[in-house]
Amino acid sequence: MSRASAHRTADAIWRMESPKLIASLTRMVRDVGLAEDLAQDALVIALERWPVTGIPDNPGAWLMTTAKRRAIDLLRRNKVGERKHEELARHAALYTEADIDGAIDGEVGDDLLRLIFLTCHPALSAEARVALTLRLLCGLTTDEIARSYLVAEPTIAQRIVRAKRTLNAKGVPFEVPEGKELKERLAAVLEVIYLMFNEGYSATSGENWTRPLLCQEALRLGRVLAEIAQDEPEVHGLVALMEIQASRLKTRIGAGGAPILLKDQNRALWDRLLIRRGFAALERSRRLGRALGPYSLQAAIAACHAEATSVEDTNWVRIAALYEALSTLSYSPIVELNRAVAVSMAFGPAFGLQIVDALHGEPSLLSYHLLPSVRGDLLMKLGRYGEAAGELERAADMTRNERERELLLGRAAECKEKLKPSTE
Amino acid sequence: MRFMMIVKATSDSEAGAMPSQELIDAMQKYNEELVKAGVLLAADGLQPSSNGIRISYPEPGGKPKVIDGPFTEAKELIAGYTLIEVKSREEAVEWALRMPDPHGFGQGEIELRQVFDVEDLMEDPDTLAKEAALRKQVEQQRKA
Repeated sequence: MSRASAHRTADAIWRMESPKLIASLTRMVRDVGLAEDLAQDALVIALERWPVTGIPDNPGAWLMTTAKRRAIDLLRRNKVGERKHEELARHAALYTEADIDGAIDGEVGDDLLRLIFLTCHPALSAEARVALTLRLLCGLTTDEIARSYLVAEPTIAQRIVRAKRTLNAKGVPFEVPEGKELKERLAAVLEVIYLMFNEGYSATSGENWTRPLLCQEALRLGRVLAEIAQDEPEVHGLVALMEIQASRLKTRIGAGGAPILLKDQNRALWDRLLIRRGFAALERSRRLGRALGPYSLQAAIAACHAEATSVEDTNWVRIAALYEALSTLSYSPIVELNRAVAVSMAFGPAFGLQIVDALHGEPSLLSYHLLPSVRGDLLMKLGRYGEAAGELERAADMTRNERERELLLGRAAECKEKLKPSTE
Repeated sequence: MRFMMIVKATSDSEAGAMPSQELIDAMQKYNEELVKAGVLLAADGLQPSSNGIRISYPEPGGKPKVIDGPFTEAKELIAGYTLIEVKSREEAVEWALRMPDPHGFGQGEIELRQVFDVEDLMEDPDTLAKEAALRKQVEQQRKA
């Protein structure tokens, strides 16, 4: 095997094995930074040996044994007083060779879960949580993370170093939280995964509308979490939501890179496999028999769109009800605006307009172009063309998307046309 | 990227012989690993070709020919597939190498094929050019 191909293979194996490796090592040495170093040392040794010896039959176990041996080496060295790293010395007393032996087998799922709770810990900023999670649980390089977020690599590297330091300094335990804390902490984990997905899905910055790597990583991590936290309905709800949204990933951009809205997407191109997986995940959430949480509700809404063959064929009554439940559970002006659209589709534009008008002056929507855009649309449907034109023009002024501006101005012009007295 | 791991048919699978319990257990364990790693999208086993139908087009532009199974050349038939979503070609190979020998008596063969992405087709300059031309045409029609 050539060095280059051994290297690529080792990379692939690293990606498959490193989360489990780091999770188990963290339990042993109780320091996630040190655990990562040990795992990486094992990888370096593999990169030296494997081109010569060939890839071992069970590369994961090989890496684990090698890392474990490194841990014991360092431990012994520290014991005889050769305190190479201060950090190590601090932790040397915390684990014994028996710990390390015990940690090699057994269920790694629990360790992975502990690791997710660690990297998504509220002691870290949202940015740090995402970076550390991508690094330790998805096995991405700092370079890959930097490219996904369109920031410089040193920034990400720093962010990760600082995050690890913060976890140490605050003595964050490596454990799955219990009782009341579990709910909040799980919400934080799901938030990190969904942030990751959304960053990929709707690329808040940069030229690319979607950055598939982040979506895929989020989806993969969600699927992993669904297996190690099977009793949590919202985990399945989030997976369902991501599967169904990802099914439309390829129909969201036109050839020129312009976004295509849900109503204009070619539904024949939606990925049926992902939709099916989304429905299955939603079913898993429902089967747990608890009230649907925000992710499950959003997934249920996404499912209504996914099973409809057209906008007209969509079950808007059900969507309106789901938005109402969502709004009750976690109110946000954007959810209300979506509810307004669903209500107008289900019961007529006048009812939608009532909800939109209640949002008037809402501070968080002041620069949100979809508010006047939706309002203009509803007014137009009600035949109030003069007001509609004004709202559509206002929305056109506010949007940053050139094509959307054209579209809005076109509809405003249509409204004005209707206002002209008939020439017949 | 998506890969399909295609398990080729053997004389046993074509004869409808069920795999040993040991192999079934090993396969189940392997599938669990795929699920836990978050890479499994779908997997199915296929019935022998004796229950299959083949539709061919021997004449260009002619009528299709419908033939009932079984079909003879076992090596060219498939007995099952597993669809995975991975980050690299090497990762797909690693997963395929971890699959147990699918038949266990010397005829086992797994073929890995990458699935086309819509983006692959979209990034093709020809398709993009056609799309652009179509757009322009629509624009002109609208103006006319």
